[in-house]
Amino acid sequence: MKFGVVVFPGTWSDRDCGWVVDQVVGAELTYLWHKDTDLKGCDCVILPGGFAYGDYLRTGAIARFAPVMEKIGEFADRGGLVWGICNGFQVLCEAGLLPGALIRNASLEFRCEWTNLVVERTDLPFTSRCAEREVLRVPIAHGEGSYFADPATLSRLEQRGQVVFRYCDPKGHVVPGANPNGSLHNIAGIVNARGNVLGMMPHPERCSEAELGGTDGLKLFRSVAENALKVLVS
Amino acid sequence: MDERRLREVALTPDEYKVILERLRRAPNEVELGMLGVLWSEHCSYKSSKPLLRRLPSSGPGVLQGPGENAGAVTIGEGWAAVFKIESHNHPSAIEPYQGAATGVGGIIRDVIAMGARPIALLDSLRFGPLPESSRHFEGVVAGIGGYGNCIGIPTVGGEIYFDECYTNNPLVNAMCVGLVRTDELMRARAEGTGNSLMLVGADTGRDGIHGASFASLELDENSSERRPAVQVGNPFLEKCLLEACMDLSHTDAVVAIQDLGAAGLTSAVAECAGRVEGAGAVIDVAQVQRRERGMTPYEVMLSESQERMLVVVQRGREREVESIFNAWDLTSAVIGQVTDDGLLTVVDGSEQVARLPVTLLTDGAPVRRLVGIAPDPPFGLDIDALPPLADAGATLLRLLASPNLSSRRGVFRRYDHMVGDATIVPPGGDAAMLRVKGTTLGLAMTTDCNPRYCHLDPHLGAQLAVAEAARNIVATGARPLAVTDCLNFANPDRPEVYWELEETIAGLAYACRTLELPVVSGNVSLYNESFPTRGEGGPAQDARPVGAGQSAIYPTPVVGMIGLIDDYSKRLGAGLRAEGDFVLLIGSTHNDLGGTEYLKVEHGHIAGRPPALDLTREQAVNRVVLAAAQNGYLHSAHDCAEGGMLIALAECCLLGGIGVRCPAVRPEAPLRLDAAFFGESQSRFIVSVASRAMPELQSLARRHNVELSLLGLAGGDTLEFEGQLKLTLSELREAWEVLVP
Repeated sequence: MKFGVVVFPGTWSDRDCGWVVDQVVGAELTYLWHKDTDLKGCDCVILPGGFAYGDYLRTGAIARFAPVMEKIGEFADRGGLVWGICNGFQVLCEAGLLPGALIRNASLEFRCEWTNLVVERTDLPFTSRCAEREVLRVPIAHGEGSYFADPATLSRLEQRGQVVFRYCDPKGHVVPGANPNGSLHNIAGIVNARGNVLGMMPHPERCSEAELGGTDGLKLFRSVAENALKVLVS
Repeated sequence: MDERRLREVALTPDEYKVILERLRRAPNEVELGMLGVLWSEHCSYKSSKPLLRRLPSSGPGVLQGPGENAGAVTIGEGWAAVFKIESHNHPSAIEPYQGAATGVGGIIRDVIAMGARPIALLDSLRFGPLPESSRHFEGVVAGIGGYGNCIGIPTVGGEIYFDECYTNNPLVNAMCVGLVRTDELMRARAEGTGNSLMLVGADTGRDGIHGASFASLELDENSSERRPAVQVGNPFLEKCLLEACMDLSHTDAVVAIQDLGAAGLTSAVAECAGRVEGAGAVIDVAQVQRRERGMTPYEVMLSESQERMLVVVQRGREREVESIFNAWDLTSAVIGQVTDDGLLTVVDGSEQVARLPVTLLTDGAPVRRLVGIAPDPPFGLDIDALPPLADAGATLLRLLASPNLSSRRGVFRRYDHMVGDATIVPPGGDAAMLRVKGTTLGLAMTTDCNPRYCHLDPHLGAQLAVAEAARNIVATGARPLAVTDCLNFANPDRPEVYWELEETIAGLAYACRTLELPVVSGNVSLYNESFPTRGEGGPAQDARPVGAGQSAIYPTPVVGMIGLIDDYSKRLGAGLRAEGDFVLLIGSTHNDLGGTEYLKVEHGHIAGRPPALDLTREQAVNRVVLAAAQNGYLHSAHDCAEGGMLIALAECCLLGGIGVRCPAVRPEAPLRLDAAFFGESQSRFIVSVASRAMPELQSLARRHNVELSLLGLAGGDTLEFEGQLKLTLSELREAWEVLVP
């Protein structure tokens, strides 16, 4: 099982994701440079958090044109696991691998704080270790994480059960007060129809060790580590 | 020489005379500009240098003291902590967002230049009251977040105070902490004649010209015209620069890295050469990549464009270095060479445009011997005239909601304080702590200074700042290691301000010596004073009496401190952890009401003497807390600071989400009830302890002759002193989080 962590020049969660993969999960790790045109045989590609190329224009708007993104698109088309976290989610939306967009937080402020997420899909390679409607405590850190999609897209997402994580209160109730950024339907993470491309704003790599305040994020990494080999990649 | 021209470069006629004597000729325009910036207070420390020598700067763990880009101390396991604090006050007053952002950018580059990877940022901020000062407050907080969040270095601590004296002169002091293997620690020395000087990073533009001189002037109504002297930050570029420099520090092709900060290329080259006896440099400004057309050599040498580094490269290995920069899409150019003639020579192609002795630039500024005169003591405080405490609960709520005591959550959640997966004590309590990955080491860090204490008694106030910082470190279970300081003052040409500076440095020196804390880096920011009704002018003008319309800041010596815990599993937070725990006060309480928040908020006074400090007692109390933490007796520890015991206790409850039930406090005369609750007696902690650990803690306290008193029992969702006050945690939180939108 090999994780590939993508590094754009402005990425900063690369080393955090790498740390969890390598030091906590104990899986094989390789970094994929944004100029790379080869995914080096990875079983799961993580697009981590950061400001890919500064994101002065619009988050992820330039990153979608990176050489590595073309290969990631092909990899996803073949059913390979692609996991976008924070900026990675923004990049996946810009690249058209996931529907919708992440816009400025409703507060108009950057927010770094713990949130609660209710898991709505446990049949995915990313979440198989979670219980049905389990509540995970995972921190966010973003200024543009408010999930937005047009009504048709949104209802399609809901109908097909593509919403994986929703912001909720500690008891799992999806209420407006638990929404940290104004995301429609409290959406914190979605998956593509095929179930192999996940995007989420919260940072599971920041809560995979007890000393950092929680270990709920580790469930996702372990899920992927267990399942990646089962996913058929042609 | 035209006096107006001299004033433009912030030199005095006397200083110009010294230049003529040393050069035996008149400097040309470029040379005059270069001397002007390097002889500015900001770069030369000409008013504070003799005083700064009094600070202790050596100690067993010190790898690098003052004089480099940042200080460094060993922390074990082959690691060194590199850290420094620096001010960006004047730019932030004019253009809060960019001023604060580039302040953060600048201090990060100082740490990078030592070969260290920056792991944390802290920001010590002072503003005028809200809402009047919200432009400063909002802009600065956004700027700090905008830069730190983008570059991916967590902002884990700092403090914010509001006071009228900062209305026109907000303070923005940024501290950066980095980690480096001790054998990879770099020093910015231009060694090796013939080695190449490479400039890397942003192209050079006209931004920030004369920033250093500007920082050495008082602000006036023309200051906004100086907006071009404020630089614009590009955190993405700095991120690339950071990563490239990390790659560089692993190759022996690089001799040194130097940050371009205040006074730009002039300062970077002069400082780098100045650290090596006899070294000089030749710079060809024609080789400097520019952002704008038509820039003169003068502008190139003085530009303060951000996100640039000077790299000293082994001759013949420039290609290697260039390829590392290319990988990060950074432009670099060889702009000069190291020489052995002790001269900084600037050429523009084939034409020589400046030639000055390096030592004239770096050490030539005549030290200004200023005179300090003690002002009349601030008016005293007759505590017997204060009415007795009427309603402790109501007072507690008002204090919790007061600007200086309310929760900072609304601010630090706008900063990414988690990136790096190392933050193991988050902001909001006492010191923050980061783990050193791959070890059991925890590095605690804090900044502190209560300017009101410093105003009332600068000598004692400075000691209190050191003690407070040390207590914040100790409250996490870490032992204090070393200090960086940022001395923010008004115009030292006024004798009472210079006296404040003298007293402050004496107080800092005394406290740091007694607590065995070396001061390994720092910064001085003077002229934080404004005259709303005067024209242009500078520090060289006549000293003015204190008058109406003037606003000078309080003496504000911000103490940045780091500390170490060998096994971070023994670290402590401030919040209560378990129902049923004993909640205790360590240390003794006196009628310390002078200079307190209680006095200001409830009685409208800033008066009296600040709380007394006995550094021997302080050490004893710290030893008790550290030993108790080490032995695992404690569940939490929190320093009693501004607002006194009751505020600290309320914070323990709010941070832990657990209430406390206490019997009524019945102070023995002469101790007053308001002093028991809200007095700011020093050397005190609130700790929580499981009942079975009580005997050990008691005997530990006895052995050190430290007072230990039981306050109450943790549990429930109210904070209660029987018959005196009873408030639910949600009532307390509502008051406390007034700044959290």
